[in-house]
Parts: sequence; structure tokens; C-alpha cells
Amino acid sequence: MHFHSLFQNFGELTVTGLAQGAIYALFALGYTMVYGVLRLINFAHSEVFMVGTFAAVLTWGLFGLDQDSATPSVGAVLLLLLAGFLAAALAAGIMALIVEMVAYRPLRRRNAPPLVFLITAIGASTVISEAVGIGTHRNVSSVPPLIRPSTVVQIGNTSVTNIQILIVGLALVMMVVLDLFIGKTRLGRGVRAVAQDPDSAALMGVNKNRVISLVFLTGGLMAGIAAVMYLLKIGGTRYDAGFHLGIKAFTAAVLGGIGNLRGALLGGLALGLAENYGSGLFGTQWRDVVAFVLLVVILLFRPTGILGESMGRARA
Amino acid sequence: MNSRTADGRQLLEVDNVTLRFGGLVALDEVNFAMRTGEILGLIGPNGAGKTTCFNVMTGMYRPTAGTVRFQGRPLIGRKRHEITRSGIARTFQNVRLFPEMTALENVMVGADIRDRTSVLGALFRVPRYWREERASRAKAMEMMEFVGIADRAGEVSRNLPYGVQRRLEIARALATDPALLCLDEPAAGFNPSEKAALLQLIRAIRDRGVTVLLIEHDMRLVMEVTDHIVVLEFGKKIAEGSPAEVREDPRVIAAYLGVPTDAA
Repeated sequence: MHFHSLFQNFGELTVTGLAQGAIYALFALGYTMVYGVLRLINFAHSEVFMVGTFAAVLTWGLFGLDQDSATPSVGAVLLLLLAGFLAAALAAGIMALIVEMVAYRPLRRRNAPPLVFLITAIGASTVISEAVGIGTHRNVSSVPPLIRPSTVVQIGNTSVTNIQILIVGLALVMMVVLDLFIGKTRLGRGVRAVAQDPDSAALMGVNKNRVISLVFLTGGLMAGIAAVMYLLKIGGTRYDAGFHLGIKAFTAAVLGGIGNLRGALLGGLALGLAENYGSGLFGTQWRDVVAFVLLVVILLFRPTGILGESMGRARA
Repeated sequence: MNSRTADGRQLLEVDNVTLRFGGLVALDEVNFAMRTGEILGLIGPNGAGKTTCFNVMTGMYRPTAGTVRFQGRPLIGRKRHEITRSGIARTFQNVRLFPEMTALENVMVGADIRDRTSVLGALFRVPRYWREERASRAKAMEMMEFVGIADRAGEVSRNLPYGVQRRLEIARALATDPALLCLDEPAAGFNPSEKAALLQLIRAIRDRGVTVLLIEHDMRLVMEVTDHIVVLEFGKKIAEGSPAEVREDPRVIAAYLGVPTDAA
């Protein structure tokens, strides 16, 4: 164990952990919201994220940019980032809606048992990732150098980069917006009503299918934003980019309390930090081991996750 | 067509409704009609099919045979939220609120029914969205005042005392602006003074122009508040009439006292 390395790099590990965790958190929202309303694990959500990454790369390609381009001017970078976020969010949101309408809604109409939804989810996930895999010849698509990582804050030996600030800041803003949307608006009230008692919600005039569409759409939008953050951090994507990260985001959702929006944030950040401290302490190859041991230990003591389950409790 | 103001017109017609669950006949050719502005009592021993009848009327079950017409239009086959939007609201035998929401939010879910702004509309028509939000809040507050629990508006509903939860459920149902309100055993677990207050509330609801369908075990309450009573036993209608008529009906007495029908 490298206690020395952990202490030496504690600040650095914290910052990278938070940035990684913010991506997990936004990604995890889709799992947690769908679970809160439908008690369904939408395994195809990882592919929703992956589609978001390609939408951003394609959009930047439309502007004539690839990984060999020079870094554009500051104004152009801001516009390109905005275009990338919008395209990814929109594509991922629409992908999530398509998954719901094609894969799940017909089953709900026929009152299929839960296991059937699970198999369908895995099937939908495979179909999407393989379709993209064939379309892209399973190659890595790289991102144009929009932002060169540069240190903007330096505290002691800890440096914080512009990309890390962008990721964590934007993730927090999105979380607050979503929290207000669910907690303070009519549409959010409909979502909470269906999550807490679908039958009485229907009898109070709430259109359940509309609420479900809204939940898939919102989860997809958030995954799309996470997708661009991932691109900025990693620099490229592939047809299977959603798989491993999806498992991590799902873990974050369970860790925080699946069905709970604030739990997704907490779970995401906790997982990101644990991974990075774990790699500091035991070496990078132990990163995932530490993450999942943490999951098991927390669930042993708090089986419903850090914040517990209910979508209702996700509000103030 | 607004039959709510046209007093005496038929608001709801239950026509030869039969519902079978496998071999069990839960409802057997049940017929009755409700007039606008009346309070109709649906009574019968446990397991007579009263709640089942409710569930058919609010779209939770689809009958095996027969039709239900509301304001002249067939209800069967329509989605539950559409039935609510067309003007039928209900409460539950076991209180079913949204447990993690505040009392006010519970009622607002009911009041939200009249809002038209869609998901995209909310993005592009923000002012209208907030106007509707304020209208829902005002409507919900008005309903909470009407049922007399406005002072509990900010409390999380699962923490409220049982009597308040019952009233809250009525406020939530009224917030959907129903023409017909179905109350499923609203007096269950109430003490005499709470029952007296409930009786006043049911009359006040009718005086707002809402037709009331009441399932209730407390005979004194039913006899006092209803205009018309339908009696079910084993899924069949065995009697119908004014409270005075029903009270004297030998089949009803037999059903409640357990005397075989042919001996009565």
C-alpha cells in the first residue's frame, strides 16, 4: 500500500475523482429516474450515452473539425461546445425516447412480467451498440482539440484544470436545475406522483405514458451532457464506450439510493473519489476493485443506498 | 353539454354490467342510474361488489359485459386519466395519498389536470407555464380550505393524522373539478363527531354542484345524507329506492341480518 502516494497526491486525486464522479452522477440520473417511476433497470441507458458521444463528434465534424485541427479561437470554442452539448443532449434524449417507445411501451401494454423487460433492455443495448459498431467499423472516433487542458487554479501541489472545472461546475448546475424541475414544477409533480403511487396518479388525471416519456427524455438529455464531458476528458469514443461507464453509473445510482436524484449525485461523487483514492493507495489496477468493495460495504450497512430509495425524498 | 347544471338529468348510467374474475362473478348484470345533483348511496354487505363497481366506473377494471355511460358517452375502454379528465374523481377505501409530497402538492396534482402546457410548451411558453402553476396552487389552497385543512398545507402527507389524510384525499379529488365524486367508505375509522363533520362536508360538496356516489358501511350516515340508495349483495342489485324504502325492504334486511332470501 502506498500511503505516501495517497497523501502526496491527495488533492490531485480528489479533483480528478470529483470530475470523474460528476460524469457518473449525470449518467446515473437516467438509471435512477427510470427506476423511480417504472422499477426498471434500463440497461440500454449506456447506449443512450454512447449515442450522445457520437452525436457531438459528428457535429464537430460538420464544422470541419477533426483531431488534427488546430485549436479554434475562444469564441469559436464556446460556440462549438454549445453545439456539441446541444447535439449530444438532443440525440441521447431522442435515443432514450425511442428505446422506451420501441422496447418497453409495447411490453407495458401487454402487462409483461419484470424479467421480460430486463431481457429486452439487454437486447436493446446490444442492438444499438452493435449497430454503431458496424457503422463505425469499431474504430475510435477522436475529438478535435477544443480545450487544451491547462491549470487554472493551483493550491499547493494540487492543480485544477479548466476541463475539470467545466465538468464539475456544469454537472452541479444541471443537478440543481433537474432538482428544481422535479421538485417545483407541475411536470415534476406528475413524475413524483407516478413514482409514489401510479394508480392514484392515473386517477388524478396524470397521463402515465407522458410522464414515462418525460423521464426517459430527461435521463437521456443528462446522459448526453455527460457524454460531451467524457469526450473532453478522454478525447475520443467508440461503439462500446457506454458499457463500462454505464456499469459505473449504475453502481453510482445504487450507491446513492436508486430512485433518488440527489442520491445519484452523492453516489457518483463518492464512487469517483473512492476510485481515485483507491488507485492512489493500491495502484491504478485496483481502481475498480476498490469501487465495488465500497459498493458492497455500503449496501451491507445501508441496503437502500446512502440516501434511500424514494423519488419523493429526492425533493427538499 | 353541461349536465351538471341541468338538474335531474342522468349523469351516469350503469347498464347490465357483469364482471367475472375467472369463475367468480363479482358483478352480475348490475343496473342503476345517477341523476345530476343527487347523493347516491351504494351499500351492501362485505364482498357485495361495491368497490368493484367503483373500479369499473373509474376505469380500473374493464367489465366482461355491459356498458357504463357518463354524460351520455360510453366510459368503457377509455384510459383512467381520460376518465378522470372527463369528470369522475374518487377517493380510496384505504387512503392512497402521495406519501412523500406535502398536503398542498397532493392537491395540486389533482388541480394540474386542467393545465395544457406540454413538455416542449413549458420550454417555449414559460409565462403561461407559471400562470398555470399559480392557478393550480390557488385552486389547491381553495380546496384545502373547503375541506377545512388549509392549516396543514405544508406538511408531508404521510405525517398527517388519519382524519386529515381522509379530508386531504377528498380535497385532491375535488381539485380535478369533477362532475361526479365517488367516495369509498369515507367514514371508516371515524368517531361520531368526525362522522357528523363528514356528513356536513358531503352536503357542502353536493351544494357546489358535484354529484356524489357514496359507498359507506355506517347506515345512519347513509340514511341521513343520501337521496337514493342502491343495494348490492353477491354482485347483484337486490334493491333500490329512497332511504325510507330501502330501510323497509325485506331483502335488504335479510341481506344485512343474514336471513336466507327465500325465508324473508
